[in-house]
Order: sequence, then C-alpha cells, then structure tokens
Amino acid sequence: MSQKVLMKGNEAIAEAAIQAGCKAFFGYPITPQNEIPEYMSLHMEKRGGVFVQAESEVSAINMCYGAAATGARVMTSSSSPGMALKQEGISYMSGADLPVLMVNVSRCGPGLGGILPAQGDYFMATRGGGNGDYRTPVYAPAYIQEATDLVFEAFDVAEKYRTPVMILLDGMLGQMMEPVEIKPRPPVQVDKSWVTIGDTANRKPNVVNSLSLLGDVLEQQNFERFKKYEQLERVGVMVENTVKDGDEIAIVAYGVPARIAQNAIEELVGEGIKAGLVRPITLWPFPYDTLANLPASVKHVVVAELSMGQLIEDVRLGVNGKFPVHLVNRCGGMVFEPAEIAEAVRKIIKGGV
Amino acid sequence: MANKIIYEKSRGLTDTPLTYCPGCSHGTIHKLVAESLVELDVLERTVAIAPVGCSVLAYNFFNCDGIQAAHGRAPAVATGVKRVQPDKIVFAYQGDGDLASIGTAEIIHAAHRSENFTVIFVNNAIYGMTGGQMAPTTLIDQKTTTSPYGRFEETTGKPLLVSEMMAQIPGATYIERVSVHDHAHILKAKRAVKKAFGYQVAGKGFTMIEVLAACPIGWGVTPVNSMKFVKDEMMPYYPLGVYCDRGGEA
Repeated sequence: MSQKVLMKGNEAIAEAAIQAGCKAFFGYPITPQNEIPEYMSLHMEKRGGVFVQAESEVSAINMCYGAAATGARVMTSSSSPGMALKQEGISYMSGADLPVLMVNVSRCGPGLGGILPAQGDYFMATRGGGNGDYRTPVYAPAYIQEATDLVFEAFDVAEKYRTPVMILLDGMLGQMMEPVEIKPRPPVQVDKSWVTIGDTANRKPNVVNSLSLLGDVLEQQNFERFKKYEQLERVGVMVENTVKDGDEIAIVAYGVPARIAQNAIEELVGEGIKAGLVRPITLWPFPYDTLANLPASVKHVVVAELSMGQLIEDVRLGVNGKFPVHLVNRCGGMVFEPAEIAEAVRKIIKGGV
Repeated sequence: MANKIIYEKSRGLTDTPLTYCPGCSHGTIHKLVAESLVELDVLERTVAIAPVGCSVLAYNFFNCDGIQAAHGRAPAVATGVKRVQPDKIVFAYQGDGDLASIGTAEIIHAAHRSENFTVIFVNNAIYGMTGGQMAPTTLIDQKTTTSPYGRFEETTGKPLLVSEMMAQIPGATYIERVSVHDHAHILKAKRAVKKAFGYQVAGKGFTMIEVLAACPIGWGVTPVNSMKFVKDEMMPYYPLGVYCDRGGEA
C-alpha cells in the first residue's frame, strides 16, 4: 500500500503491524483499543498469521511470551488497566530477553478510571510496573502517520535488542482518523539461533528462561542486559525540538498534547513571545541531552501533560536545575486547549506562577 | 556372550543429575514423559514448558527445547508456542499449586479452546518448592506449614478435584488421573501419558494427565510411607481413571 488513505489510529497501527510481518497477535477486549484486536481478528489468519483472544491480559502477554520464544514477530495491545495486568509478563519477557510489541492506547485512571484520554501511564510505561531491573523502550507518536512508522521501528528495536517495546498513545490518537501512508520496510535481520522452536535434530536444546538462582550469575546477566539498554540510550533517542537560540520559552509535551502545545506556541509567537517545542518521541530512552542543552536564552521550561506531574520528573532530570520548570496539566480525561497553555505561559512570564 | 542391554535411561532425558528431593515422584514422571516422546519419535520436535514450582528446573532434564514460564501461565505460554508452530509437540509440566490455584484461568481456557498440547499435572497435595504450604489439593486434616492444625473444610473448602472439573469442559479431549506409587501403576501411567501425546500428534486437541505424586519432604514422612500415603489417603479421594476421552483410540 503506497498511497495515502484515511484511517482510524487503532486500525492503522494494526495494519502497519501486519505489513511489518507480525505473525501472532494475542489480546483481550478493553476500550479504547478494541479496534486493534478487531482488525487483527479480521485480517491475521487470512494473511498467514495467528489471532487469539485470550482469557485475560495476563494470558495474552504469556501467549506472546511463548510465541516470541519461537522467534515469531509477536504483538499485543491493551489499555491502561490491561497494561497493568501485563506487567508480570513484561518483567518475565525482559528477563528472558524476548521481543514483543505492546501497544497501550491509554485511558484515565487510577483504577478503572474512565475511557477518556490521559497520560497517567507515563510512570508505568517508562519505569515499568514489573519486578526487577529492566527497561522498556517506549514510543509516543503524536500523529497517526508517525504511529505507523514507529510500528516498524519498534518491531526492529524489539528484535535487535531482544526486549519488549511499547507504543504509548491515548484514545484521541487511537480513535481519530487521519490520512496515512503505510511505508513497509524489510524487518531487521537478527540472530535467531536461541529460539525454542522444537527443532533439535541437529543442535543442542535451547532454553528460554528468566530463572537464575546464583547471585553472581544473575548479576552478570543483568550487567549484560543493561549494556544493550546503554546502547539504546546512545543511539535510540528520538525527539522533535523546535527551540531556537533566542527563544525564552520551551514547552515540553508528547503525543497528541504536543500538537495542542504547538498551537499554543503559534499563539504565543504571534504575540511576540518566543517559544519552541520539545517533543520526546521516545519516552525511554528519554531525550535528557536535548533538555540539558537548551539554549541559554530560555527563561522557563513548561511541561504540558495530561497527568499529575509524571513527564515533568524526566524533564527536571534533563534540565538539572538550569532553568525553572513549570507544570501545565489536566487529567481525568480533561484535555487542555491551546489557549489554556498559552495563558499559563503568560502568567509564568509575569511571575504569577 | 555379549552383554545384552535390558534397560537404559531414556535419551529423552539429559545427563544432568535431578535436583528433586529423595523419594520425590518427579523423576519417575519425567521418565514416563521422556520415554513417550522417544517412542513416538517426536523428541526432536518437542518444546517443554516448565512453570514456577519444583519442576521449574525441568528444562535442565528434558532433552528438548525448554521454556520456563511464570507461575500458573504455562498453558498460555504453550498456546503461544503451539499456535505459531502447530506441527511441533508441546507440553506443559505443572504442579498443583501452579495449575489448581494461580493458574486456573489459564488451564481452563486452554482446554476450553481445545489447544492441541499436553499437560502433565503433578498433584502432590502441597506446595513443594516453597517449603510445604497448603494447596487447593491438600487433603482434609492434612497438616502443612500454612495449615498447621490440619486443613479445615469450613474455611478452606474441600480439595479441588481438577480432573473431574476439567472433564466437564467440551474442549477437553482426554483427561485421565493416574498414580506412580508402585510398579503396576507406573506402567498404567505410562500408557496414559503416551496416549495423551499420541492424541496430540494426531491433532486431537487438549489432553491432560493428572499424576498423583509423593512429596516425602513436604509431607514430613519417609519415601516408603509417602507411597503408602498416595495409596491409602490420596487415591480414595482422587479416584484413578479416565474422566473423558473424546478422541477415540489413537
């Protein structure tokens, strides 16, 4: 498919995954991501793949674990409370070095919360809710086109680094429609001699495992695993940065809220307030360097997020005290309008906040 | 006259020394599984799933590809393997804490979908790996580290009859309960295990063999007395036999 078509975010992501060579999808119904498993149930088997509606999110991620252990390209999707249930499996897959693409079309919480858009899963996505030392690469698209492009990138990173990866969006991007051109590319070529595919006539048995009872051995395994995370921190950071020398305001936002922040910036620039946007596309690894190296003209860093101050913690780590950092936020499914962000910036400049 | 080999260890097992306790039934059950895989000529295309519990280290002992799974999740992991590799032979080797407690959703729905893999369900009426806690399968009045006064029906229910329950699921193809407490029963258990794998080879759907097993260390009895416990205490409550066979003869 090399033409622009109008697609819903969730369906575009599912189609991109199939075109990226996804061979197995395991999921469970939860709003607002249902179009992904629905699309997969319609298409996967016809196109040589596998679709299973699992009995729970816990089972879905463990089905991913089994399928990934055979070397297949594997995917699951869910929304916030469902992603919370998958945390056990994410930790196990990290510990067993298994690739999987997980899509979290997030909603507002905590608990059952609601189905409206929010960004309260930032900590769960970037810090992880599973046990032990691991990291999860997290991609945060702001456009449906970008979401489909990132599906290919995320699968490749998952397989190259043998790790679970997540695409984190919200119900706005999942449910809206935009023109999109899915741009297939060949999957990354990786070593798959480790797979447990039941093919031991001419090789020794393989084991996929996260159990390691000897402290010195497990420590060494963790050290080795963190080398690949360090590699990703060096080469895997993705960020859009429009802050120029001379700008006094840097607004940091990710996902659809970054598009709202961009509208606020245009409003501010029209008034003569020089402002730019820092939009992390990878939430882990986080673009700390971009924030550490903001131009000296910047007087305020403003974080616009749909949560109670989660992104702001990474922003502060990056800014490291060089600039004052302010929070502009809504939550619970309420979404700020550009004027709200612009007004907050005006107050910050006046010293009112 | 040259020596004639009348018995040898199955090549379905590795040479790694078993790490199970003295008198534990796992070694016997491993042997039955390994022999069945070799006799059906499927060992080289088999994937073993070992979830949390005493048998979590089983991937060291079975001479085939192995996957360690989270507690109770082996049927979901096996589903993932089998769906993308339907021509491979897949089995989950689960204990009673794993299958009958934390993993009830996974085992029921694997049977419900009639996933074409085999489950070896080792029921020794206790959590062995963690040091002898009460399981859903622990017998009434049986003392464990979390039922120190014996299991009370009033607060903990009656022991869960897993094979009886599973046989009610339309997708369950073959469910049998066996025991390995003496030679005659080991031979019968072997036939059941091999039949289950034969059904899988023939693509007949979900098969599960429940094996009554001894845990002398967890129970605090000698290995000999643990076999008596299986025969005299477990078998009356957990009757042996075929609970469903919807596959016809393999």
